[in-house]
Amino acid sequence: MNETILKVERLNKNFGGVSAIVNVSFEVKKGELLGIIGPNGSGKTTLVNLLTGFVKPDSGRVFYQGIDITGKKPYKIAEMGIARTFQMVKPFYQLSAFKNLIIPLYSSRVRRLRGGMYGDRDDVAIDLLEDVGFERDSFVPYKVASSLPHGYLKRLELARCLALRPELLILDELFSGMSMSEVASTLPIIERLNGEGLTIIMVEHRLKELFRLAHRVIALNFGSKIADGLPGEIMDNEGVKAAYLGSEEEEEDA
Amino acid sequence: MKFRKERLDRGIKARCEDIFALSSYREILYLLLPRVLPVVLLLVFPLLKDIVGLYWEKVLVITCAIALLSLSWDWMASVGLISLGQALFFGVGAYVTGSLNYAFKWSPLLTIPLGTLGGALICTLLLIPVLRLRGVYFAIVTLTLPLLLMRFIETTKILGGTEGLSALTPLPNLWVELYIPVFALLLCLFGFRRLISEDYGLVLQGIRDNDRAVMSGAINIYWFKTEAVFLAALVGSFPGAFMTHYYQFVGMPAFALDYSILPLTASVLGGVGTFAGPTIGAFILVPLSEVLRAFGTLRVVFYSAILIICIVGLPEGVFHFIRRKYHQFERMVEVG
Repeated sequence: MNETILKVERLNKNFGGVSAIVNVSFEVKKGELLGIIGPNGSGKTTLVNLLTGFVKPDSGRVFYQGIDITGKKPYKIAEMGIARTFQMVKPFYQLSAFKNLIIPLYSSRVRRLRGGMYGDRDDVAIDLLEDVGFERDSFVPYKVASSLPHGYLKRLELARCLALRPELLILDELFSGMSMSEVASTLPIIERLNGEGLTIIMVEHRLKELFRLAHRVIALNFGSKIADGLPGEIMDNEGVKAAYLGSEEEEEDA
Repeated sequence: MKFRKERLDRGIKARCEDIFALSSYREILYLLLPRVLPVVLLLVFPLLKDIVGLYWEKVLVITCAIALLSLSWDWMASVGLISLGQALFFGVGAYVTGSLNYAFKWSPLLTIPLGTLGGALICTLLLIPVLRLRGVYFAIVTLTLPLLLMRFIETTKILGGTEGLSALTPLPNLWVELYIPVFALLLCLFGFRRLISEDYGLVLQGIRDNDRAVMSGAINIYWFKTEAVFLAALVGSFPGAFMTHYYQFVGMPAFALDYSILPLTASVLGGVGTFAGPTIGAFILVPLSEVLRAFGTLRVVFYSAILIICIVGLPEGVFHFIRRKYHQFERMVEVG
């Protein structure tokens, strides 16, 4: 847990005069599970988009394994081993669940990691789905994505990332929209992946689950980092409490 | 008492989705007939030239050309690129072939493949800068490009200007004229149907449905789009190259709007996204337009009316309709 895998330096992003991300800097160590929290509109998803190349920053740098990846195209960043889930799941609806995974499995990264010899992608896809809790003996992996419940789609999204064999996994509100039991069955999967040495950044609204999993937590408010520390410290941090209470008042006003 | 229509899959359909489950000649026939019958008909039709007459054989050639353009349209649509300019592929393929033959007097055996390949390369290069555009923006550019090239040739008077290039080498004989388009069509139709269900095709469909998810799967979508456009341009340039030698002439009509609009209407009429649909669409539209020649100027009115009725009546496309009727039966059930 000493080696730095991701280093973010003074990142800034404006959307038409609105500051979405202001001077955010942090580091992620290899094997760490970092949580990012913040009230609605605090810039969490923008931060994920900046890290994965979907949005280009106005200033600042992102280093991944010592290489500057600022402003690189999303597919290049994914190719280097950063996989991300999307908050709004949008699978390939007419394809069956396991066929959804063929697309990342077709990428040059996966072909390279498997040393050129490529087996049957369908089998790999079914294995991956089993990893995220699709029962192999049921028909679920073969069902058309449009017929799957939301919890399965979220886990399909996770499997889509794992198909890339990532070194850094960024989960953008994986638990949102999941039922309590779905969350309960997904938590051990995240724990296991992290236990196997995968570095994970979790952007999450469900603080209880996140504080249980994370080694370290960063809190954002209005695009700025307001706290960075152990989960226990963050929970007691006055600034974080104020940000969350403040946001609730604003929501009531709206 | 109320009734409602109920649709049920035929038992045989459920069984033949996995090819292993076929257990009788009847079932094999059920699966093969819709594929083999059109192929056989297409292959036999040129042999019947003494019965149906040379005129209808020529209609077959034009139909195949339009069907190829429709397939090219449908292929681009399956990557999410809606094109209004199949005439670009046709015209560039035609002009490359025509000018090669005009300048060097090479045989069609050489100019047609070169024209197809060269035309596809030129079209792909022309379209690469706009591959980032989506939906209607991409469509507008494709609509404009053939018109632009046509005016360019007209004003600069290159490649024969408004006169075009004539007295090109004819094709060796009638059999070549008739069978080459038929074989090209069959190859392209079954090739596309196969390719789109392979892993490669899944990636293309993924780009159409959600390009961000494909991008985050470490896939360079612009490269895949470029490859797809090149394939579509090959299939679109071939009829242009072929028809140049067939007519022994290439001129500005090669960029005519017809070559853009007909593939589009054929695809919509036949059923988008199936490849068989656009082919069927072309085999309805082109012969229909010939039959209606008897009406003289009123032809376009009848043609358009039939087209509107078809599209309103069968919005899903002819192919989807036939497939449904083939695989399912309907019955009226009482609603309580």
